[in-house]
Amino acid sequence: MVTIEVNKRPLRAREGERLLAALRRAGLSVPTLCDVPALFPSGACRLCVVEVEGRRRLAPSCATPVEEGMKVMTHSPRAVRARQTIVELLLANHPDDCLYCFRNGACQLQRLAEDLGVRQRRYVGAKSDRKIDLAGPSIVRDPAKCILCGKCVRVCEEIQGVAAIDFHGRGSRTCIGTAFDESLNLSSCVGCGQCLMTCPTGALREQSHVKEVVGALDDPAKLVVVQLAPAVSVSLGEAFGLEPGTDVAGPLAAALRELGFARVFDGALGADLAAMEMAAEFVERITRGGPLPMLTSGSPGWVRFVEEFRPDFLENLSTCKSPQQMLGALIKTYFAQQAEVDPARIFSVAVMPCTAKKAEAERPEMGCGGRPDVDAVLTTRELARILRMRGVDLAALSPEPADEPFGERSTAGKLCGAAGGAAEAVMRSVHFLLTGKDLPNLRLQALRAPEGVKEARLRVGGRDFGVAVVSGLGGARRLLDEIRAGWRSLHFVEVATCPGGCVAGGGQPVGASAQAVRARAEALYGLDADEPIRTAHANGAVQRLYQDLLGKPLSARGRELLHTRYAKREVVI
Amino acid sequence: MTVADVDAVLRRHPAARRDALIPLLQEVQETRGYLSREAILQISRHLNLPAAKVYGVATFYSQFRFRPPGKFHVQVCRGTGCHVAGSARVLQAVVEGLGLRPGETSRDGLFSLEAVACLGACAQSPVVAVNGEFHAGMTPDSLSAVLDSCRAKACDDARAH
Ligand code: SF4
Ligand code: SF4
Ligand code: SF4
Ligand code: FES
Repeated sequence: MVTIEVNKRPLRAREGERLLAALRRAGLSVPTLCDVPALFPSGACRLCVVEVEGRRRLAPSCATPVEEGMKVMTHSPRAVRARQTIVELLLANHPDDCLYCFRNGACQLQRLAEDLGVRQRRYVGAKSDRKIDLAGPSIVRDPAKCILCGKCVRVCEEIQGVAAIDFHGRGSRTCIGTAFDESLNLSSCVGCGQCLMTCPTGALREQSHVKEVVGALDDPAKLVVVQLAPAVSVSLGEAFGLEPGTDVAGPLAAALRELGFARVFDGALGADLAAMEMAAEFVERITRGGPLPMLTSGSPGWVRFVEEFRPDFLENLSTCKSPQQMLGALIKTYFAQQAEVDPARIFSVAVMPCTAKKAEAERPEMGCGGRPDVDAVLTTRELARILRMRGVDLAALSPEPADEPFGERSTAGKLCGAAGGAAEAVMRSVHFLLTGKDLPNLRLQALRAPEGVKEARLRVGGRDFGVAVVSGLGGARRLLDEIRAGWRSLHFVEVATCPGGCVAGGGQPVGASAQAVRARAEALYGLDADEPIRTAHANGAVQRLYQDLLGKPLSARGRELLHTRYAKREVVI
Repeated sequence: MTVADVDAVLRRHPAARRDALIPLLQEVQETRGYLSREAILQISRHLNLPAAKVYGVATFYSQFRFRPPGKFHVQVCRGTGCHVAGSARVLQAVVEGLGLRPGETSRDGLFSLEAVACLGACAQSPVVAVNGEFHAGMTPDSLSAVLDSCRAKACDDARAH
């Protein structure tokens, strides 16, 4: 430990750590625009500058290591003036578009201009004439609002291992773009939205489906139903000022009915069903001898990643559709039949913490006769937008249950909202399928993985399985290399596209702290600790589905509705 | 530029790594005067670099071209000597006269335009090179005459065929 002095007060810091990290821990707010805490500092924005006694120039705190006895002023007049000038320069060619901007109210640039008291345009630069890229199914890019902080580029390459975008050109013509400046649609982008989550401005946003959903709700000819992903109920509350990790499943069901949704289904049931099918597929692969390791397929960004970058692993991917698409397929078949509605009248909405799920719903194989199984996918953010637009106050509503026949869920399905949850859910049912009994301890702590790779060895019915969980595609790519090289003996690998899993998905509220994301996962673990139904196979609704419709896991009807195939994709990589 | 041309270049550097990117881009450009889309993809596969990165690096340097050069490749010198002698006006005149920005090739494939840092002929400033042939002391008017003679030559060639 070293002691430094900050704003005339002593502060203990870890040897060699970045000054910014020490300041943050002490609760001091130094603005940043280019810092990605998990990555090496790039020092591009200079907004984090502070005054260090004895140094002629202001020091960027993100790239300055702490030194014993160092004396720092975080908000000296000189530092504040420097920040003001930087923001004024960033605004020189910025469109004055806040009122119409998706980020209005959540934009870091807007916030900084306000905090620093910028009240007039001091520099006038030529406005950007670059076009908005609207063609992608998941992400929309508006280069005119880009301040070239470079965070999206670094996250896409260094955390996600995709590198779909980079800096192009130089000087005043510098911009961010794909290879050959084409639409993201034609690039290797997997739609994960992690670039969007790190973007400080409105330059990146989701391809919005709000209009389609509101339109369908207004259409009396349509029966509008909705499914909610496991992570949504523990995240949405934040957009309404509730504590991170508050589970709003009950009030949310009431709110959605108020908005006009005819049925509110629990997406965690889709996750339960996916866990059952995946468990059965795993047992089949073990018995048949492969291909192993089996890789989970619930995260569409990851599926797309394998199709583009590692087609040599396609046969390792589970054939299971994602929970969204399993439930989607059942809604337009089983539910339609039960409720005696023409499937063509059903408008099926999914609320997801995810942007890649928007692209998944558009895959041609995720439908029947040209009709998509899921008609629109809203992110958690978009749902919050609709609720606010309609003046719905979540906190004021009494909880209501979800609707039959997809209203019951286990906590295993709920766990799928956090990285490691799918592996835990599947292994609980694998144990049951192989031994007829439940695991003595259902909680598989070793697989609960906020980030990075976790590995555990499980003994089930006299067999030993290597199970790994990895979140973040960069880590997944390295894990695949290690598997290929023969360094890991694994039978089952869960991959979540987003670091930390769906609770940290690209469709979640922007600007959440790491602790808030952690609280969402803890909320899911809390449900699992408290509730009685903790395995997919114990879920009554799942049992009824097998009785009434599917017969057993991996039945012919099940394969038709709940499974799919994958193919190598030719894109610019 | 054919795939085989680029392959031939890449075969000369079997062990090239990412620090060889710029020399490779230069060498490939020398074979045909520009970097095609396929050439960039071949280079990125050879070096195991993302295509977005290779494209990004290539667009950073003004020496790289992404479209085939025209029949007449016009290079306007923007070095200090030429600048003082009025090359900005000359460049502006070409931009307007040809309807091209530096780095572009006209749709009919006749002209391509490049603004270069220095052609090394400062004594003749402002200087413009057309297919490597230097024209000294250019003004917007004298340059437009040069471009006209290029067009005339293209017509004659077309008739001769
Ligand atoms: S990106 Fe931010 S500053 Fe720019 S228009 Fe949108 S809200 Fe306003
Ligand atoms: S959505 Fe994901 S893959 Fe696509 S550009 Fe953003 S970070 Fe990269
Ligand atoms: S798109 Fe956003 S994250 Fe990317 S460089 Fe621009 S402002 Fe930064
Ligand atoms: S955060 Fe330090 S330079 Fe951008």
